[in-house]
Amino acid sequence: MRWFKNKDTLYGFLVILPSLVLLGIFVYGFIFQTFYTSLTDWGRDPAQALSANPQIRFTGFENYRELFGGFVDARFRQDLFNTFYFTLFFILGCLGLGLTLAIVLDRGPKGEGFFRTVFLFPMSLSFIVTGTIWRWMLQPQGGVNQLPTLVGLPRGEFGWLTSREQIWQVSWNDLPFFTALVVGVVLAFVAAAAFRGGERRRGWIATGSAGLLLLWALTLGRTLQPLPFDEMHGFNLAFIGIILAAVWQMSGYTMALYLAGLRGIPEELREAARVDGASEWQLYLRVIFPLLAPITLSAMIILGHISLKIFDLIFAMAGPDNAPTDVPALLMYITTFRANQIAKGAAIGTILLLLVAAVIVPYLYSQLKSEVRR
Amino acid sequence: MIGRALQYAILFLATLFFLLPVYLVIITAFKEPAAISLSTTWQPPERWYWESFSQAWTAFLPKLQNSFFLTVTATILSAMLGSLNGYVLAKWRFPGANIVFPLMLFGMFIPYQAVLIPLFQFIREIGLGGSLWGLILVHVVYGLPITTLIFRNYYAEIPDEMIEAGRIDGAGFFGIYSRIVFPLSVPGFVVVIIWQFTQIWNEFLFAVTLVSSPANQPITVALAQLAGGEAVKWNLPMAGALLAALPTLLVYIFLGRYFIRGLLAGSVKG
Amino acid sequence: MRKWLFTLAAAALGSLALAQSGRLEIFSWWAGDEGPALQALIDLYKKRYPNVEVINATVTGGAGVNAKAVLKTRMLGGDPPDSFQVHAGQELTGTWVVADRMEDLTPLFQQEGWMNRFPKGLIDLISYKGKIYSVPVNIHRSNVMWYVPAKLREWGVQPPKTWAEFLTVCQTLKSKGLEAPLALGENWTQQHLWESVALGVLGADDYSKLWTGQLRFNDPKAVAVWNTFGRVLDCANKDASGLSWQQAVDRVLEGKAAFNIMGDWAAGYMTTTKGLKPGEGFGWAPAPGTAGVFMMLSDSFGLPKGVKNRTNALNWLRLVGSKEGQDAFNPLKGSIAARTDSDPSKYNAYLQSAMRDWRSNRIVGSLVHGAVAPESFMSQFGTVMEIYLSSRNAQAAANAAQAIANQVRLGQ
Repeated sequence: MRWFKNKDTLYGFLVILPSLVLLGIFVYGFIFQTFYTSLTDWGRDPAQALSANPQIRFTGFENYRELFGGFVDARFRQDLFNTFYFTLFFILGCLGLGLTLAIVLDRGPKGEGFFRTVFLFPMSLSFIVTGTIWRWMLQPQGGVNQLPTLVGLPRGEFGWLTSREQIWQVSWNDLPFFTALVVGVVLAFVAAAAFRGGERRRGWIATGSAGLLLLWALTLGRTLQPLPFDEMHGFNLAFIGIILAAVWQMSGYTMALYLAGLRGIPEELREAARVDGASEWQLYLRVIFPLLAPITLSAMIILGHISLKIFDLIFAMAGPDNAPTDVPALLMYITTFRANQIAKGAAIGTILLLLVAAVIVPYLYSQLKSEVRR
Repeated sequence: MIGRALQYAILFLATLFFLLPVYLVIITAFKEPAAISLSTTWQPPERWYWESFSQAWTAFLPKLQNSFFLTVTATILSAMLGSLNGYVLAKWRFPGANIVFPLMLFGMFIPYQAVLIPLFQFIREIGLGGSLWGLILVHVVYGLPITTLIFRNYYAEIPDEMIEAGRIDGAGFFGIYSRIVFPLSVPGFVVVIIWQFTQIWNEFLFAVTLVSSPANQPITVALAQLAGGEAVKWNLPMAGALLAALPTLLVYIFLGRYFIRGLLAGSVKG
Repeated sequence: MRKWLFTLAAAALGSLALAQSGRLEIFSWWAGDEGPALQALIDLYKKRYPNVEVINATVTGGAGVNAKAVLKTRMLGGDPPDSFQVHAGQELTGTWVVADRMEDLTPLFQQEGWMNRFPKGLIDLISYKGKIYSVPVNIHRSNVMWYVPAKLREWGVQPPKTWAEFLTVCQTLKSKGLEAPLALGENWTQQHLWESVALGVLGADDYSKLWTGQLRFNDPKAVAVWNTFGRVLDCANKDASGLSWQQAVDRVLEGKAAFNIMGDWAAGYMTTTKGLKPGEGFGWAPAPGTAGVFMMLSDSFGLPKGVKNRTNALNWLRLVGSKEGQDAFNPLKGSIAARTDSDPSKYNAYLQSAMRDWRSNRIVGSLVHGAVAPESFMSQFGTVMEIYLSSRNAQAAANAAQAIANQVRLGQ
């Protein structure tokens, strides 16, 4: 009773308790168990993989070492690249298209309600439905590739979901170097911003970390070679089709976000800028876009975590084992439920969780912190 | 003037981009299987052929029923629990609530692959393996963060004075909920129910791993298997896709306003 | 006492009646074109046991790629189907039998007098530590090359006898404007092609040694397979991974390609679905370099432990293994019977030729279709293929294959 202000707060706690226990088990308990499984050899021995009471041995970080540095798991490493490029272009596409449409709709064209409905309806569909539709749209010899023939041009030849072409190739062995370089440069910018904002302590910490990282990258960065040979990874062109379908489905979401944001900007602000002699273009550049920045950030985070988790869309569009369009979320499913490598599947799941957490945790932190302040 | 022309050009192109797939789905679904070929993809059917729909309907009816049962049950349960949780978090903050709430929210962002293996074993061990009830349980639990969040933000708008007034009248925790908070909750419930309905209806990963027997399959799994098979004649998957999309599409068309509100709520701040 | 006896009798009667009613769930990946063959078996079953409700659970996807994942979630989830389709060989023994998930069917084989009705080599394939674990229903051949005779005459080429010859023919056809002389389909059909190339390059002895661990994958002889495979791939269509195996066959029939390497279920597709006559509408030859060798695979049905309707499942297995059942199923499926006493007159020209080869040829097992390697190797072989396709580095692929073989202790 000491902990609770009164009886009703205690009741409240008791009411929410079952939910907390369930989430505790289903989220944190299971994450922990997955992580533990990923440290074992479950699935390595076929006799144990599927038996009712498997005998499992603890092997430490062996699965992770194989994923990042064993030569069998090249597919996982390519999947990391795939996810990176997919996320990048998916977010850019949704933000660009969503913002354009929001600006146009904000100016109140005729039939605004109709257009808004049209742009937003794919949001209500299942990724499976979208995937099925776009699978048919992107058949190598039909669908989109046939469109030019309607105006008398020759048929398109692009292998939408099947192309094996890769561009922007990088060797896996160069990755530690590049990662350290990029993170170092970003930290340097953070440091500069902190000094400018007068936060000296944060500035020094950032400067120190940036310096250490850059020093490491330029001196020892090249000596860390996870693989004994160069393994090239890049952007699979087959992903363009997936990106197209994903943007089709999700850009309505960013449009709705931006539209809400634009409608929230008081007319006086725009008027004031116009009075100052700003052209329409300058108005957007100087007044409106900066005001939309927080929305952009929110949208990036939400879209980013969706794209890291993308599974059903690709499953329905290209099938779970079409390697040119593979991502870690699919590989986890195949590794676990088809190849019986349960521990390795758990390791992929854990890595996926870490990727998502890196995006989400700072976001939740900042959102809730500002809320408490409010 | 140029601005206006550009504006309508953008709208026209975007509409084309968003509606072309719809056009393709409809004409393909209405073509005879023999009339579907890659080179005539875009031509409307010469003869409108309704058979595909009756075939898809017979094949998918049991799956649609599964989906309905699953979606309605899980939606109602998670909305009820979310409402109570939101009430507690908005009005009866117990010690530690500030720590517990973000921990709850994290649960709605995790990639479910990171819990899939233990979840699968757990559902089997409690005897719900392969059944719809296992799937319902999973959807209720993983639906709790979002429903709690929406209700918490919604109830935060109810003035504390109203709660105080209820207490002065002698109502306790449950009395205030049933007499004051719950009657005000209708719009909140609409938002939550629509959101959960579309989410659960459209979900695939849990459905494909936890429900194995074809008799219990939800529609998304059935559709993915139909379209993922080989040498498919595309009229059937397209008709199936239309059937699978219809419930959520109707919800969106008629209750779109609330749908968007749920959408925006998903970005944490109300 | 009498009352007691009566109850007992009633109970016995009751259980007899029960045995012939209830349900039976059969799990397979035979849908679409292969559906009618399965349906014929189910119809026979219904004729014998009219009160049993048969649930035909199929998961589509060639070579069972999707079905196997679904089956796994069911078995692990404690919800096994009463009987499921599984390739005879390591896919059965190395995956399910070693995990102690299957019932021993040796008593059934003895009861039904099947021990000398099936070829000895086949029984070895479905046995583990001296016990038999499934009932084979058919035999398919993996190493077959398909073509349209009229088209070949038109182009003036002969079906090549070796892979070297194949590459020459490929160049000839390319110079005649045929862009991709070899038709290829999605993922697993590429692996299917690989096993025919491997058999042709290595020969039957060395090919078999791969699976017993006597020939390593990174041996120069085995690395050479990848080199040839790469050059064969250059003859194939670029949009392969978007096509099903049927669509790949269609390319040959439409004259957009000259050859397709596919198992002999392709014959079933061309005769049943496309209505072509074997020998006229389409022709066949052993895959280059594999004449006189029959790379086999066999579909079989097993009995998982802990099924709901065990008696009905056993009755199903009795039917599947019977001469009547096999001769009803196979002519429709486009395969030959696993039993040695089937009636040739019920089979078409292609299948009769396959029967002759089955009896006279050297027999080896298929990799992709589960005969020679456990699923844990097979499904990771896709990764090896991926390494090769993205890097075109034969040595890297060979090393990866050997690494996986070590990991799953292939041949030990």
